[in-house]
Amino acid sequence: MVLPPTSRQKVHACSRSLSYLANLFMHCQRDSVVPLNYSDIFWTSINLTIASASRRCKVVVSGSVVVIFRAGVRSGCIPVKTISAILVLILLAALFPAAHADDLGSEVAELRQLLSQLQQDYESRVSDLEARLARAEQLASGAKREASEAFDIAEQTSIDQTSGGAAANTFNPSVGTTLSARYANIDGSWEDIPGFVTAGEIGSGKTGFTLGEVEFNVKASVDDRYFGNVTFAIHDDGGETEVELEEAWLQTTGLPAGIALTGGRFFSAAGYLNGFHRHADDFSDRPLPYQAFYGGQYLVDGIQARWIAPTSLLFEFGAELNWGGGFPASANDETTPGAHTLFAKLGGDVGAGNSWQLGVSWVSVDAIERGGAHHGEAEAVSTFTGDSDLAAMDLVWKWAPNGNSGQRSFKMQGEYFRRSESGDFDGLEYDGDQTGWYLQGVWQFKPRWRLGLRHDAVDADNGSLLVGTELEDPGRNSSRDSLMLDWSPSAYSRLRLQYTNDEVLAESDQQWMLQYIMSIGAHGAHAF
Amino acid sequence: MRTVAVMFLALLAPLPAGAINVFSCEPEWGSLVRELAGELAELTIATTAFQDPHRLEAKPSLIAAIRKADLVVCTGADLEIGWLPLLLRRAGNAAIQSGGPGHFMAADYVRKLETPKIIDRSQGDIHPQGNPHVHLDPRNIRRIADALAQRLAEIDPMNAAAYGARLADFQSRWDTASAEWEGRKTGLVGLRLASHHRSFSYLAAWLDLNIVATLESKPGIPPSGAQLAALLEQLSPNPPVAVIRTPYENEKPSSWLSARLGIPAITLPYTTGSDQMVTDLFALFEETLRSLEDVRQ
Repeated sequence: MVLPPTSRQKVHACSRSLSYLANLFMHCQRDSVVPLNYSDIFWTSINLTIASASRRCKVVVSGSVVVIFRAGVRSGCIPVKTISAILVLILLAALFPAAHADDLGSEVAELRQLLSQLQQDYESRVSDLEARLARAEQLASGAKREASEAFDIAEQTSIDQTSGGAAANTFNPSVGTTLSARYANIDGSWEDIPGFVTAGEIGSGKTGFTLGEVEFNVKASVDDRYFGNVTFAIHDDGGETEVELEEAWLQTTGLPAGIALTGGRFFSAAGYLNGFHRHADDFSDRPLPYQAFYGGQYLVDGIQARWIAPTSLLFEFGAELNWGGGFPASANDETTPGAHTLFAKLGGDVGAGNSWQLGVSWVSVDAIERGGAHHGEAEAVSTFTGDSDLAAMDLVWKWAPNGNSGQRSFKMQGEYFRRSESGDFDGLEYDGDQTGWYLQGVWQFKPRWRLGLRHDAVDADNGSLLVGTELEDPGRNSSRDSLMLDWSPSAYSRLRLQYTNDEVLAESDQQWMLQYIMSIGAHGAHAF
Repeated sequence: MRTVAVMFLALLAPLPAGAINVFSCEPEWGSLVRELAGELAELTIATTAFQDPHRLEAKPSLIAAIRKADLVVCTGADLEIGWLPLLLRRAGNAAIQSGGPGHFMAADYVRKLETPKIIDRSQGDIHPQGNPHVHLDPRNIRRIADALAQRLAEIDPMNAAAYGARLADFQSRWDTASAEWEGRKTGLVGLRLASHHRSFSYLAAWLDLNIVATLESKPGIPPSGAQLAALLEQLSPNPPVAVIRTPYENEKPSSWLSARLGIPAITLPYTTGSDQMVTDLFALFEETLRSLEDVRQ
């Protein structure tokens, strides 16, 4: 059953039909070739029908319909059959009983009321929207703040995570190994230098492939006061693998005022090159004075104290006490310690490009039945008992353009040794002086390439009493000249070619060596 | 003999109280210390802008300097692995050892980029903790300044208020400058560059630059001729706008590549003191942006 429309519905319908009609009109005026769609026309009709229930509307609407339809038909955008349909509908509308044919005045009042209601409704909606907008803005700024806090937390977490791991092996010390070997072509090989009785790993080596020492190093901070370092040298000797304890020392890091104490087995600070492992050498063998006076390297079993002055130049003093038997010392029960060392170092920069260091040292040894045994040999028969005093001086100068050694650099180093020994050699009175020196320059001419030149020599003046013994004065000095070229694609690998004109023995020998030195694992910084 | 004894005692006497002694490994941290401590710190900077901080040596002058330091300010993240640990051990100075307040590593306070997934030397001279060249992002400088000012106040509590005031002043100037730099970012976003080493990763991350290639195929390993030739072939179809490097890196590989690609090879300031213009951190960023803007045009 169709209920009669209320007056409010009527007013709505009236205004809607007017707006439909206006649309219709506009459409026809604007674009007459596009026909109206039928649903538009249908809704227009329905609204007209409802609207015509109001008398006042009926008048306005029917007037508009006539005007618009005439215009529409003339322009051809409203088909004639549509007009008939609409007219039928309007007719029906006219027949529809006007249930509440109220007077004009009450409708005007009703419209006013409606208008004010609309206004109120609109205002409340606007204020509601404003409140929602304000709330949204507040939320957005809160969210922004939270996002930036979240970002900070994420950033901090990631800083914490990348600043150090927390794995179970975090406290493992740094472990590194150095591998080396060489192929050499040597005709006149030697194991002793004429006029010297030496010990340790010395000599020219032999022709063929020789596996070098495997250095195995472990080091780390002990706690906030000490640093510990151990190096094993593993090498093959006559088919047997020997493990040698090369270094095992602890050093204080917690003492103030430039003082550091070292204890254990360590490389003596007497002599520049003595502080370095052999893998760090610039030539494939140690200079002759190192072989003659230190047996390659002077190891101390004992303690060392050093002090750095609070000056802008490096000014360092130190002393060592050695109870061990590393050549040139000889372990014994009668004199303890068997050897002591004093050393001083002075160093600084000249401009940005140059750095230098000057060192002086004195090694005083009370030797008791010191033999000259080499590795893998039985104790030597001849022994020395007496005083041995060695004075040494070293100078190192390094240059690089602007002090940047990435592309080119030059290093010059030289050391001079003078030793005085007196006592008993093999039952004979012995009072001799020996000297030795070397000078070398290494030129890094391209980022990975270095060229080096070295001259090394030793000379013994042992007097005339020892003719026929190992200390018989050879009457000439032993010397060598070496040229090397090495290639280091990274800081951890090096290949080296070396040529040496060897005049240690009476007859000179031309020697060739090809060597590799590789480091795996942690590899600590090298000293200046 | 008495004169010698007096001289010896004079050497042993403590340094006059007042300024603290700061040892800074790189010029950028030296500049930051100057901003935050000014006259309150006696400053030694171990490297210049022309020295590669990866490959310095523990030379005598540095041993002498670090022995007197109250505070060491370095990058960390293994940048100075080749020389700083040795200096610390040789120093005979308990105050600056790792873990103590006198040991400040800037990279500990920022997020590191390029943390390697494979830690193996076959990857080159990698830093397990991530790329250590953290200073070329102004946001990192701000964070590090915060931490460093705190540390200075801890080392030298008498002047804590002064460090706080200097920090506030620095950061307000830094924020103003940063806002201006941020505004210039839009002109540089996506700028395609080739870089000698991974020295500019933080700059690229901040400015959204596109570093399409590094000349070193593995970090820290100088590029060989064959590697450069391969890179040339790879970049030829769509060359970057410039090759960038630091003042201490070898110029040969970048000039070789730039000549063949017909693009400029430019040295960015990288750190303070690389140029007469680049006297402080503000000028460092200003000049860096200016150089990049010049390339863009």
